[in-house]
Amino acid sequence: MSKQKQKFLEVSTGEHFTTGNHAAAEGALAVGCKFFGGYPITPSSEIAEHMALRLPQLGGNFVQFEDEIASIIGILGASWGGVKSMTATSGPGYSLMVENIGFGMMTETPCIIINVQRGGPSTGLPTLVGQQDIMQTKWGSHGDFEPIVLCPSSVQECFELAIEAFNYAEKYRLPVTLLMDETLGHMSERLIIPDASKIGKVERKKPKDSPEEHLPYKADDDLIPPMAVAGEGYRVMVTGLTHDERGYPNLNVETQDKLVRRINDKIRLNKKDIIRVEEYLLDDAEIAIIAFGSVARAAKGSVNRAREKGIKVGLLRLITIWPFPDERIEALAEKVKKIYVPEINYGQITREVERCVHGKTEVKGIFKLGGSIHNPQEILKEIEGDA
Amino acid sequence: MSRVEIRFAGFGGQGIGLMGRLVGEAVSLLEEGKNSVMTQSYGPESRGGASSTDVVIDEGEIDYPKATELDYFVALSEEAYHKYIPKLKEGGILFVEEDLVTLDENAKRAKKIFKIPATKIAESLGSRLYANIAMLGYVCANTTDIFSEKSMITIMKQKIKARFVEKNLIAFQKGMEYKTDS
Repeated sequence: MSKQKQKFLEVSTGEHFTTGNHAAAEGALAVGCKFFGGYPITPSSEIAEHMALRLPQLGGNFVQFEDEIASIIGILGASWGGVKSMTATSGPGYSLMVENIGFGMMTETPCIIINVQRGGPSTGLPTLVGQQDIMQTKWGSHGDFEPIVLCPSSVQECFELAIEAFNYAEKYRLPVTLLMDETLGHMSERLIIPDASKIGKVERKKPKDSPEEHLPYKADDDLIPPMAVAGEGYRVMVTGLTHDERGYPNLNVETQDKLVRRINDKIRLNKKDIIRVEEYLLDDAEIAIIAFGSVARAAKGSVNRAREKGIKVGLLRLITIWPFPDERIEALAEKVKKIYVPEINYGQITREVERCVHGKTEVKGIFKLGGSIHNPQEILKEIEGDA
Repeated sequence: MSRVEIRFAGFGGQGIGLMGRLVGEAVSLLEEGKNSVMTQSYGPESRGGASSTDVVIDEGEIDYPKATELDYFVALSEEAYHKYIPKLKEGGILFVEEDLVTLDENAKRAKKIFKIPATKIAESLGSRLYANIAMLGYVCANTTDIFSEKSMITIMKQKIKARFVEKNLIAFQKGMEYKTDS
C-alpha cells in the first residue's frame, strides 16, 4: 500500500502477501470489529499488535489488559456496549479465559476469541505449533453449552473465517472461537481481500417491542432473543445465574431447564448452517484422511502423493470443529475401509471420529506431539505401511 | 513448473527474514500464475543466533507449506551451512557467502555451488547490511525458476524504506553482475 496520506478503510481491499495472524485481524476489521481487549502471548501477539495499529485508525478501541481474565471480561462488556469485540490468545491465555467464556455463553454475549495454538500442557512450547486445545474449546468451561469453533487452513481462510466467526457470534449470540495454530499464524501467503461490498456482515437482532414491554431474554421462534445494549433505552440485565426472560436470577428447576435447553438447542437445531467441511477426492476413495488446521495442508499433500501412486485416498477437512460433523463422518465410515486422523496432539479429534463411525470402519490416529506439523511423507508412509 | 523449495539461512541481523519475504512477495503478487508460501524459523532467538526462512513456489496450489527437500540452499553463515546442508536434496544448488562459510564434504550433494563475497560487496556500499540483497541479486542471475529481476526490483521499491532503496538496488545489481571464478 502506498505511503501517501489516505483515508483509512475497514476493508483493506486488494492483494496482499501476509501472515495468518494479520489476515485474521483484517477479517475482524472488515466485518466491523471495533474493540480489542487482550494480553499479548506468543504465537498470537501479531494479532494484538496489528489491531493496536489499525483500530485507532478506524475509530475503534484497543485495550491491553493486565491479564487474560480481564481481557475476556472486557470484550464481553464491550459487546454489551454495542460494539463487535474480540480478543486473541494462545492455550495458556485461553485457560484463563474459560470461566468467562462460560459467562458469555450463559449471558448470550456475541464476541470472538482467537486461539493461535502452541504446544502444551501449561506454558509448553511457546513458539511452536500444537493442536492440543480442541477439547478445551468444547469442554473448557463448566456447564452445558454448545460452542461454535472454526478452524482455518490457509491465510485466506484466516481472513474469511474471522468474518464468519463474528457473523455466527452475532447471529446466534454467543462467544465464537477461531482456532488457529502457530504454523498458520506465522506463515505468509497470498491474501485477496474483496471489495467492501462483498463482505457479508451479520448484525445482532434488535428488539422490535417498546422498552416498557421488552423482556431481554425472551427468545423468538428461532430460540434467539433480540439484544438491546446499554444506552438504547431498554433494560439490560446480565447475570451468569440461571435467569428468566426478564433476566432476573430465578434459581429453580423449570427456569434452568428452559434456559439451558434453549442456549444449547439454538445451536443444535442449526448445525446445517454452522457445520462446514471441505471434501477432496472422496468420491472414489477407499481410504479417508480427516484433518483440520495446518495439518490439513500436509494431509492434502499426502492425498496427492498417494493418488500419484494409484492409492485411492481422499480428504475430509473439518472447517467447523464444533459442533462436530457427526452425520458426515458416519456416512463416510460406510464408504471407506479406513480413516486416518493426523493431529498435533495425543488423540483428540480421533476420539470424536471413533465415536461417530460406530465401529463401521477402522480409525487410526496419527499423533504428533507439539512442535511441528506432519509432513505429507509421514502420513503417506503410515497409509502404505498398512496397505 | 513443479514445486521449488528454497531456504535462506544465516544469523539474526543479516536480514534473512527479509530475503524470504521479498522473494515470497515478488512471486506471489507479481509473477503470473505462481504461488508462494513463506515460513520462518521461529524461536526464542536473538541477534546473532541462527535464523532461517523457507520459500515454497509452485504453479498449483501449495499443499504442504514447509520445505521438505531443498532445491536451493542459500547459506550466509557457517552455523547455518552445517545445520541445513543435509536438507539440500542430492543434485540441489548451493549458494554461499564465501567469506563466512567453509565448505566440507557435505557440499558434494550440490550439483552446483555458487560463491560470492556478499558482505565485502555490501561493505563497499557503506554497510554490511546490504549483503542479503547482494546475495539475492546473485541468486537471481544464476537461477531461472525462483523469481525474475523485474519483479524483485518492483517489490524492493515498494517494501524497502525509501532512504535505503537506492543502495539496496545497487547491491542487487552488484550481486547480479558478480561472476564466480569456480
